[in-house]
Amino acid sequence: MEPIIIEGTPKTPSVKFDATEGTFEIKGRSIPENSVEFYKPLNEWLDNYMQVPLDKTVVNIRLEYFNTSSSKCILDVFKRLEAIHKSKHDVEINWFYEEDDEDMLEAGEDYDSIIKVPFKMIEIVE
Amino acid sequence: MSFDLENLVSDLDIRGAVLYFKGNVDSEIINRALDLVEGKLLATREAPRIRKKVYNVLVESLQNLYHHADLVPRGYHASRPDRYGLVVMEKLGKGYRVTTCNFVSAVHVRELEEKLTRINRSSPEEIKELYKEILNHQEITEKGLGGLGLLDIARKTGHRIDFRFRKYDNHNTAFRLTALVATE
Repeated sequence: MEPIIIEGTPKTPSVKFDATEGTFEIKGRSIPENSVEFYKPLNEWLDNYMQVPLDKTVVNIRLEYFNTSSSKCILDVFKRLEAIHKSKHDVEINWFYEEDDEDMLEAGEDYDSIIKVPFKMIEIVE
Repeated sequence: MSFDLENLVSDLDIRGAVLYFKGNVDSEIINRALDLVEGKLLATREAPRIRKKVYNVLVESLQNLYHHADLVPRGYHASRPDRYGLVVMEKLGKGYRVTTCNFVSAVHVRELEEKLTRINRSSPEEIKELYKEILNHQEITEKGLGGLGLLDIARKTGHRIDFRFRKYDNHNTAFRLTALVATE
């Protein structure tokens, strides 16, 4: 599978999904007016990856901001990862948040309570 | 004197505002407003935590206008009838206040009022659970997820959301929404 590499913009995150390494990263800001348009190709890519996932997939989410429209699309990404986890493959989700950013920590905890994949909350100390 | 959305914010300090805009809230305007406010916030001594909250609340407020403002009433002066609204962001002693105004079709008023009343009557824990319920179980549309933006504003501010309606005619109502990000 070809990796997905998308450069970040002021309103959309950078994305690196690499199926040969099993490492996925979403980083930056996700505040577009139309999030579905941005996340659709990512979720389609994951639909293919789910067919033959690696034994271990590591996902790093390093978001500075995201809007409510992105929150559902990000949940859709996590639901695909949950399906991989259910199929007896190791999935690790690392949720990064900046020191004192309790809102971002809470957002990670929301997902952790919905998705049955262990989340690791990682505080970034400046 | 004919009605203008500005009539709804006559009690606010528009001239001293961090941000003021009235017109069609398209993607370009949202970008410019966010850039402007981010620059101004960075120039302050506010803690990053507060800056991020303010920025987040502004994003949701502007995108609420973008997705949910109903068409302006016939006869109201606007260059385009869609996505028309007004936004004011003020720096007060107690925090940052973000106010938006737009028109709401009369048929949507009751639903919106009920939604906001429910949010304001809920505890932070209930708001959190409602947010997760909608996030997990509602389908997304091109307008986003029903009410999630308002819940997000309520969660991030921790304050009740102030709102008021003013009837424009039998089919249209002007609507004002105010959220406060406290700095103390």
